[in-house]
Order: sequence, then structure tokens, then C-alpha cells
Amino acid sequence: MSLRNIGIVYRKELTEALRDRRTLITTFLVPLLVIPVMGTGFTAVMSAVIGSAKKEKPKVMIVGGTDSPGVVAALQQDPKIHIIPTTDDWKHKVVEKEIRAAVEIPEGFEKNVSDGHGGTVKIDVYGGEIKSEFAAGNIESYLKEYRDGIVAKRLETNSLPANLLRPFQVKRESIAPPEKQAGAILGGIIAYALILMCLNGAMSPAIDLTAGEKERGTMETILSSPVSRTHLVLGKFLLVLTASLITAMLLMVSVEVSTAALQRSHALDQMAEEGEPAPQLTLGPAAIASVMIMAVPLSVLFSAGLITIALFAKSHKEAQSYIAPLMFLVVIPAVAAMLPGVDLTPELAIVPLLNVSLLCKELMTGEYHWNYIALIFASTCIYAAGALFLAVKMFQRESVLFRS
Amino acid sequence: MIEALNLCKRFQDKKRGEVRAVDGVSFTCRPGEIYGLLGANGAGKTTTLRMLATILEPTEGTARLCGHDIVKHPERVRANCGFLSTATALYPRLTAQEMVEYFGELNGLDSTTLKKRIDEIFERLEMNDFRDRRCDQLSTGMKQKTSIARTLVHDPPVMIFDEPTLGLDIMTARTIIDFIRECRDRKKTVIFSTHVMREVEKLCDIVGIIQGGKLLAEGTLEQLRQRHGENDLEEIFVKIVSPHYGAQEAI
Repeated sequence: MSLRNIGIVYRKELTEALRDRRTLITTFLVPLLVIPVMGTGFTAVMSAVIGSAKKEKPKVMIVGGTDSPGVVAALQQDPKIHIIPTTDDWKHKVVEKEIRAAVEIPEGFEKNVSDGHGGTVKIDVYGGEIKSEFAAGNIESYLKEYRDGIVAKRLETNSLPANLLRPFQVKRESIAPPEKQAGAILGGIIAYALILMCLNGAMSPAIDLTAGEKERGTMETILSSPVSRTHLVLGKFLLVLTASLITAMLLMVSVEVSTAALQRSHALDQMAEEGEPAPQLTLGPAAIASVMIMAVPLSVLFSAGLITIALFAKSHKEAQSYIAPLMFLVVIPAVAAMLPGVDLTPELAIVPLLNVSLLCKELMTGEYHWNYIALIFASTCIYAAGALFLAVKMFQRESVLFRS
Repeated sequence: MIEALNLCKRFQDKKRGEVRAVDGVSFTCRPGEIYGLLGANGAGKTTTLRMLATILEPTEGTARLCGHDIVKHPERVRANCGFLSTATALYPRLTAQEMVEYFGELNGLDSTTLKKRIDEIFERLEMNDFRDRRCDQLSTGMKQKTSIARTLVHDPPVMIFDEPTLGLDIMTARTIIDFIRECRDRKKTVIFSTHVMREVEKLCDIVGIIQGGKLLAEGTLEQLRQRHGENDLEEIFVKIVSPHYGAQEAI
């Protein structure tokens, strides 16, 4: 094994990569922009939508209720909704989103209630539409208050204690540390981004150094030099790995910077329930270091895998068409890991990609199960070694190098 | 010195089944001689030369370059030969000098020797004007010179040229032809393939005529002329090749 030759190949590939715009963009620019665009953009849009929905005073129509002036008057005074005169096409107006909701009050409602016959008030909403749901929520909470008022009055008239109908209270409170709550969400997103970036960073140079070399006709040139094919492919592999790792590292920098910025902008406060603290998004240095360590075998796996695949192609374009479906394939385990309830088990710890994604989720919540970390690192290393072995073997095959 | 000993190369082709691209080729080229491998397209020239340059491995048989076996010690063989073809392109994002340096380093030259060698070659081939220009910005002629410099940087005793003038304009082709002659004058062993009769007539000391992967005739131009009773090389070539050519097309 001649490290000298591998080094010469590596240095030359580095010189060329630094002069290739395509590689520079995918290695340096994409990882720095993907989180701000994907993460921050998404959060900003979400909180803007929720914020404006909360701020808007929804237009509501009251259908019927002429014989129930008390309820109607009270609804009209509710500051959170805006009652407008009822028209005949109110159903149509809800569907067309001209009004957010309509309250249908049955005939003789107040009288029936006071007689103890009951009745049903219907709220017509546009299901799934956030502003409509908010309006319905306001109406509902007002009507509940109204109902509770009636109950209280009845208890009073019969000289019964107020707690007769509610002997005890139920309250839910999250006592998980705020950083862990956010970590579970963030961990999934980071794993997803990490897998995508490790792959993306390796992709452009892997294609350029194999199929690109065939396309430009330099494959025969380099094969006629005394460097052995094993050294040649190892030099190439190291360059692809470098690009992949740089991409992953820049991604983590970008994650850290953008989450800190997001935290400071108070955009997250909108997402929090009233009275609860806003989720904490900053990552500790330990979490970042662990993710970076996991990125190493992952990058080795992707770099070697992509070289093997791209080597089959005769041109840049052909290689891209082989690799594009791979992008989707790789994303599946990353998305699966984001699903709630999918947690690390010994079986899942040896499933490639899914294991790293799940581990990221754990690491972000501050959990360090060292036996899992060791198992995942080792199994990913084995897959990576397998992929590298395959890449070296492929590079010895004439039918692959000179495919026509 | 090149000694080819019963070189064979078989490929598996999806449509045609087993293809015998090269089928038992043996010949010898000596230092200070130019050996011309003459044949039509698909005759097996490129495959033969690629095997000599150890880019492809023979299915059977072997060859020795300067005593090194192409199957057992391919790296030593490559260190002793320069290979140039129209398919051996330059790295577009490297400069002419970086390109030559890269191959010098891969050939194990230390930096002082390499620098001296590059200065000498760039001077001789008049390449100093475009030394630091990227290869993708060079003219065809400049590219050819850089390729020549690339094959020469380790001063190999054997030179292998695979259709080196294919698709080049007259002036660029001339640079190559002059270079091949110069290699002979420097007592290098030279083998080159072509289907251009004039190049053979102008350059070759020994001619080998190849068709269907078999070496059908070999000798000096004079010997071939006497043997086949023709003066024109093209007539000789057609006479030798046509019975086999027809037979192969029939298959």
C-alpha cells in the first residue's frame, strides 16, 4: 500500500474539485442554506400563519335564535368574534371561506333549556382550515361558559354545592426539560438533513471523479500511469469523503447558527401554548460532536456507494439518473425515524440509515445510550467497509471501466 | 523491447456472444524501430495496444515490455512506457504544467528531477507560453503537445501510440508524426496503430497487418512488396485482408 500515490491522487483531485463550480456549490453553499431555508423558513411561515389566525377576528353568522335573544346578545358581545348579519347562503359562505363559521341555534332554544329539555347548538366550520377552527374554538368556549353559568345557577337555586358536578380537577403539565421536548423534533429533522447532506456532498464529486472521468476521456490517460487501480480509487474515495464530511460539518454549523437566531427572534413563542415556556432549540456541543462522529461512517458508506454506482455510468447525465432514485430511497428511513413512536431497539440499531436517524433523535434529547452508540457506529462501519470494498473491486473490472 | 506472446482477448457480448477481439497475436518490436500495426476499424489494433499498456488484461497469452510481464507486473510495465491515443484526454481543470507534473509524480519522480524534466520538455516542445493555462482553454495543437509532454515526463523506453492522428488536422498530425520519428531517433521502442497507409509508408520499419484479431502478415515494407508482388501498400493490404474480411462479415 503506497500512501504516497494515494496522496498524489488525492491532492490532484482536490485541486480539480476546488475548480469545479458544481462541487463547490453542493459542498459549501447547499449545507449552509438548507437549514435556514428548510427549517427557519418553515417555522417562520408556520408561526406567521398561526399568529395571523390568532389575531384575526373571525366573521361569524348566527342562524336562527330569534326566540333566544340572550344567547345571541351574548355572542354579539364576545370580543373574540365578529357577528355579521345572517344571509340565506350562509352555508355557501362558510365553504367559500367568506365567513369562518356559522352558529345554528335551534328553535325555542332558551325556553327548552330553562325547561330542562335541552337541545343542540351546531357550529358549522370549514374542517381543517386553521382560521375556521380558531373561530369555532372561540364560539365553543363561549357556549361552554354559558352552559356552566346555567349549571351554576341551577345548583344555587337548589342550594347545592358548586363542586357537585366537578368533584375534582384534572390538569396536564409537561415536566420534560424544554430542551428535550424540542430535541425530539429537532433530532428527527437534523438526522434527515444530515443523511441528505452526507449524500448530497458526496454526490457531485463521486460522479465527477468516475463517470465524469470516462466522459472527458481521461480514464484511459490515468489508467496508463503507473499508479495502481486500488490506489487510484482510494485517492478518489478520500476526496469524495472529504467533500461529504465538509458538507455535514457545515450543515451542523448552519443548524447551530439558525436555531440560535430563531431562538432570539422569538418566532417560536407563537408556537407555544399560552402560559408555557417557548421550546428551546439550541444544541449543546456534546450533541453536535456526537452527530459529527456518526456522520463519519455514514459519509464513508455514501462516498463508497456512490463511487460504485457512478462508475457504471458512461456520462455525468447517466450517473445522475442512476443516483436520483437513490435520493428517495435514502430519505425513507430518515422520514421513518421522525415518526412518533419509532424508537431504538437492538433490531433497528442494525438497520442502515434508520439506526443513525434514530440515534440522532436520541442524542438531541440528551440521551446517551453508549451500547447503542457503539452498536450503531460498528454496524455502520461494517456497511461502509463493505461499500468501500465493492468500490475497489468495481474499479478492477474492465467490463465496468470500459462499458460500451 | 516489446515481445507479444500469443496475446488473446475475448469479450462477452450480449448480441454476438463471445467475441475474439484479439486471437493469438505474437510479434517483437526492437529499440530504435517503429512497428506499425495496420488494420481496419474493429480489427483488434486498439485492444492489442491497450493490453500492452496494461489498461486491459489479456484473456490468454502475455507480453513483455523491457522484460516486465504485463500480467504479473503491470505497474512496472506502465512505468516503462508512454501511452498516447486520441482517447487519452487531459484533465480540463488542470493547467498544462499541473497535468505533466501529476504524471511525473505518479511515476515516482522527486521534485528536483521533475522540475528539471518539465523545464526541459516545455522548452523543447515550445510550451512555455501556455504553461499555466488550463487544459480546457488550450487549442488542439497545444493539447497534443501537452499529451506528448505527459507521455515523455518519465522518459520511458517504450512508446505506444494508438491511432494518434485520428481526427487531427494536418498541422497537429504532423507534430505527432515528427514526435514518433524523434522517439525512434532516441532509440526508443515504438509501436503505433493506424489505418492510414501513408503514415505507415512514411514511418514504419516493420508493418504488421491485423484483421479479425489475427496478425495476418508481418515484415518490412520491402518484404511485403516482394511477397505479394505489389508495389502499393493499399493493394497489398486489400489482398491480404479481403479473404478474411468477407469471411468475418459472413459470420
